[in-house]
Parts: sequence; structure tokens; C-alpha cells
Amino acid sequence: MDAGILGYGLYLPYYRIKTAEIAPVWGKLASDIERSLGISQKSVAAMDEDAVTMAYQASLDALLDAGINPGKIEALMVGSESHPYAVNPTSTILGEFLGIGHSYLATDLEFACKAGTTALISLAAMISSGTFSTAMAVGSDCAQAKPHDILEYTAASGAAAFILGTKHKAIADIVAITSYSSDTPDFWRRDGVRFPSHGGRFTGEPAYFSHVENCGRQLFEKSKLTARDFRFAVFHMPNGKFPKEAAKRLGFTEEQTAASLIVKDIGNPYTASSLIGLAAALDQAQQNDLIFLVSYGSGAGSDGLVLRMTKNAGKKRNGANYQERQYRKKYISYLDYLKFRGKI
Amino acid sequence: MPVTILSGVTSKFGELWDVSPRNLVKEVALAAADEAGFALDKIEAVFVGNMLSSSLGGQDHLGAFFSEELGLSVPAVKIEAACASGGMAAHLAYLAIKSGQYKNVLVVGVEKMTDHKPEAVAAALMGAGSEGEREAGATFPALYALIARAHMLKYGTTEAAMAEVSVKNHFHASLNSHAQFTNRITRQMVMESPVVASPLKILDCSPITDGAAALILSSKPLKKGIIISASQAATDSLGLAQRLDLTTLKAAVSASNKAYQEAGVKPEDIKVAEVHDCFSIAEIIAMEDLGFFPKGEAASAIEKGKTQLGNNRLVVNTSGGLKAAGHPVGATGVKQLVEVYQQLKGISGKKQVPGADLGLTHNIGGSGATAVIHILKK
Repeated sequence: MDAGILGYGLYLPYYRIKTAEIAPVWGKLASDIERSLGISQKSVAAMDEDAVTMAYQASLDALLDAGINPGKIEALMVGSESHPYAVNPTSTILGEFLGIGHSYLATDLEFACKAGTTALISLAAMISSGTFSTAMAVGSDCAQAKPHDILEYTAASGAAAFILGTKHKAIADIVAITSYSSDTPDFWRRDGVRFPSHGGRFTGEPAYFSHVENCGRQLFEKSKLTARDFRFAVFHMPNGKFPKEAAKRLGFTEEQTAASLIVKDIGNPYTASSLIGLAAALDQAQQNDLIFLVSYGSGAGSDGLVLRMTKNAGKKRNGANYQERQYRKKYISYLDYLKFRGKI
Repeated sequence: MPVTILSGVTSKFGELWDVSPRNLVKEVALAAADEAGFALDKIEAVFVGNMLSSSLGGQDHLGAFFSEELGLSVPAVKIEAACASGGMAAHLAYLAIKSGQYKNVLVVGVEKMTDHKPEAVAAALMGAGSEGEREAGATFPALYALIARAHMLKYGTTEAAMAEVSVKNHFHASLNSHAQFTNRITRQMVMESPVVASPLKILDCSPITDGAAALILSSKPLKKGIIISASQAATDSLGLAQRLDLTTLKAAVSASNKAYQEAGVKPEDIKVAEVHDCFSIAEIIAMEDLGFFPKGEAASAIEKGKTQLGNNRLVVNTSGGLKAAGHPVGATGVKQLVEVYQQLKGISGKKQVPGADLGLTHNIGGSGATAVIHILKK
């Protein structure tokens, strides 16, 4: 297809909370939680941050990196499961703040943790069809988790944005896309309900693994590539264990997933998880490297895409890369965490 | 007139997310009819052991529900006696045959638990407890933890000895393809597992399980058939607070004494037993209540392997028990009978107890408020 990534940006909030800070509050041993979830800390948005502000930060960096004028954006899609409004789009607020103008397609997407990749492949297809020449896909989440729920150790905050355009200026070409969907109610949040519910262990085999593995195999078939052809493999990371296991089942080595395994640093920023993972892989990718990405959204579905780095890859970026975003951080108490997320 | 067991079948126990209670019951009922050598239309009544279909599944009227599924229009009824629902269903089916009203009856135990959140399941299970204890926030692990503490205090029972119950039952389950957990565990693993309600750790506790089991009972005498030589039940206070002694379950003692009397046998005659190890301490107390070991001596006997496969006197929970085979509450009592029936028939494969000719099942509801004991003879 004739579409690629022209530039990207990501945003991580300043705050982190450790598993060891949360666990004792609920009478749990941090070592038990760390062992069972494979996670030791997560990022936390500040009191004045939400999916819109984080999307804005990531989008600014993406525009800067691509070196394009915001007015060139013809379509903007924002994926999130924490859009601040149920009715009133995040995408138009973002478009206004960025100064895109008004002659553009704006829409919000929601599909649990995969809305961001759905924005990415939808816009890539529109560009490839000639409908638009430049577009922006964003994934941003201030992930919700009920206090004392197991999700509290993982649900994090962050955003990533990608400028898409036709191939000739791209740093990475989109070589193949695919999706795999089914009615699998493993995780949900009803309208008006503040925190999501989930089916516990049901979120594993019949949900995450079934969709990620099937989507991954479809992607191999469609791209006519095998695991060993890729330098990087990126997955949705609901915890530290699932992506490693899915990678193993699809035939990837630990080396192939190491760069994108952001869950160890920031937890699971829902829609932004696989997109920040992709950004971390792009930070390191060189010309001709292949990147394999499979996201996962509960409910359930997976999007898959294959990217090939072009000759434009590897040049110095405008905007902070993933590692640079780790330097500036502060660990907070559980009480501050409750306060920042408006739980008290 | 003896009551003969014509067939006994269990489904796979575990997290059966793609199977409904309808599927589970149909599977075991058809297999049981097949094993009995006749079509389901020979069944004259259906007794369904189930606890949570109403509180978790929203489905009452379970007798007709399954009767419809099986294409029958015979009398069918749900029997609820908490975790002893399965045993109680078999007890009533036994009495129905004894009454002369029916010739062939189907006993089905079924429970679907893993579709629901653990906290919802724990709350629904407390429906088996006393109002006071429920309102005080107690759960069954908490109640059995109190029982365990009382036993530790009175008889010096150790947490390590309790852990050995789980180790043994996981070993037996490793030989049972229908078990929920077929992994072998060590004492250290139990001791280091997360605490649920001190002194009980997670590996002292039976799991949440989906599963079904079926038996066909008949008045038809069979040459070399397996018969139920005793079926007895008893009840006690729902709550622990009303009991004089927490180290024994009075209902189990009473029902087993009546059962030994009915069958004309003694505890030392039993070769194979399935007992209600909802928590490791429960198996230790069961061994003593059933008269297999003197009071206070069961823990060390289990620790020494005296009830493990390979033992010639008595083997307990060859299925893996509730701990490792799984505990779909309404199905458990029926599964216990199926396990002992298969042992007496000599078709238990790797977990076969050689020379098993007399077996016992011990099915408990709540924290000892209902006890159902069956004795099976070859």
C-alpha cells in the first residue's frame, strides 16, 4: 500500500507509582504482584492532565518530527477509552489546539486498547486510496482502574501520535495491515460507569492470546514474512507477561521484543500501549528494518501491521524519544496517586 | 431391595468458558445412559444437585430446565444443600428407588462458577452460611480458618501437616485426566503460597470450578454390580458459634455412624474414600469424624502417606479431591460417587486402588451444616 509514517511523537506524564507502594495498602506482598503481573511501576497523569492534554503533547512532537505545518493535516483520528466527554469529540478539541484549521475530517475512536492502531490503519488505507495525502493518528489514555482492582497495578497514562502520508517522504512504509475481531466480552465499561469491569482470567487465553495469535498469523500470511524476518516485534502490553508469552508463541525472540517492552517502565496506558511501544521501536530502527505490530482491544479485536524502515530512517529526530522521556520522573505515594486521579 | 449404580460419568472439571450448564448436563447424562446400555427415555425421574443456578445464573426451576434439554417429561427437581447438593440429590434418588416408585433414575450434579467474578461467587457461596456470620463479613475460608486454629490448638496440628493434604491430592489429580489441576505440588509450595485466611494459604483451598457428573441408579439387580449399601444424611447448626466443638463436624459423625450401621460395616473395612476437602483442614477432620483415625491423629497419618495411593489399607481422594480435581459445588457430591463407583468397578486406570471392594463418600454443605454419607459395595 502507498502509505507510511512521516513522523511520530509520544508523551509520558512526569509521575510514576511503584507496585511496592500500592500492594501494602491492600495487604498484598509486592513480590507476589510483581511475580504474577511482571510489573513493578506505572506512569500516572497529573491532576491537570487527561487524554486530551496528553494527546496534544504527543501530537505537537509528531508534527515537529515530521516537519509539517498543522494546516496540512486533512484527517485526525483519536483513539482512547478515556475520552473526557462521552459526547463532544476529543479530536476537534485537539485539532483546534494544534491549529489544523477546519477543513479536515475529525473523529474519535473507541475500541478498548486498540482504538489507536485502528486509527492508524484506517488513515493509512485512506491515504493509500488517495482520499487524503496527510493525516494524524493518535492514541491517548488516562487509564481507569478501580482502587483494589488488580488493574490498579497496571492501568497507566500516556499518548503517542503518528503523522501519516504517502510513501516518498516516509521514515517507515506500511507494508501490510490486517485485523481480527470477535464478540468476546472480556473487559467492558458501561456508559456512566466510572471504572471498567473485567473477566479476570478470561481476559487471557480466549481473549488476548486468541486474538493476538490469530491476528499475528494472519499478518505473517498476508505479508508473506516469518518471525525471523523482523528486527522488532511490538504487542499490546496489558501486563509484563502476556506480550512475552504471545511473542514466544508467534516465534519471536526476547531480543525482538526488548526495545518495545515499555510495560516495565510505564505499565499499560491502554490505547497508547502498543503505539508507545511502536515509537520506542522506531527510535532504534534503521533502514530496511521490519517492524511487526499486533495490538489488542478487549471486546475484542487485534490490528496488525508490518512496517519497513525507509532510507529516511535513522536521522536525528525532532522531539524527545522514548528513553529520553524516562529521565524526567518522580515517584509518588499511593495517597498522591488517589488525589491525582480524582479518587479522593 | 438393593439400589444398583448402573453408570457413572464426570465431565472435565475446570474453567470451561465455552460450555454452558446445558452442554455439561447433556454431555454427562447421555454418556451415563450410554454406559447403562439404554436410551434416556428409560429414565423415570431426574434429581439435579445444584447450589448456585439461582444466585449466580438467575436460573431457577432447574429440574424442568434440564428435563427439557434431555428431551424428557418425567418428574425432575433441583436439590439444594449447599456444597452437599450433589450428595443430597443422590440420597433422595436412592430413597425414590427404595420407595418402589421408580426403577431407573438419573442423578446429575452441575455447577457453572467461573463465568462470574470471584467476589460474586464468594458472596453467593455465603448463602450457605449463617445470617450472623454472613453479616459479620465471614467467608468460608475465614470459617474454616477458625476451625483450623481450633484443631491446631487442641491437637497440635501443624500448617505443614495440612499442606500435605494438598500435596497428596494434587498427586492423585496428576493421574486424573478430568481434574482441574493436574500439576504436582510440594509442601514448600503450599507453605509459601499467598495467605487467604491465616492459617489457610491459597494452596490449602479448593478452587472455583465448572463441571458436571451423572449417575444412573436402578432397582435392577446386576451380577457383580456396584450397589449403594448405605445412604445417610444429617444436619447441624449453620453457624460455628452455635457449636460446642469446632474440631469435629457433628453432622458428619452422625451420618457416618448411621451409614456404617445401615451397611453393616466398620470404618476399617473401607478401602477407598472420597471426602470433602474444601480446605486441607477439612480432610483431616473428615478422617477423624469418619473413624479412620483416632481424634488428633489424622494429620500425622496423612503426613506419613497413610492415605495416599500405594497404601493397602485406605486411599483417600483418588480423584484429587475438591482441592485438585476441582469443586463445582453442586457436582462435587455426585463426582465423589462416580469416583468410588469407578474404583469398585476397577476402571480407574493409573489411580486404581487394587482390591477396592468397599468405598465411602463424605459430602459436606456449608461449614458442616449438612453431611451426606454413602457407602458403596462391590
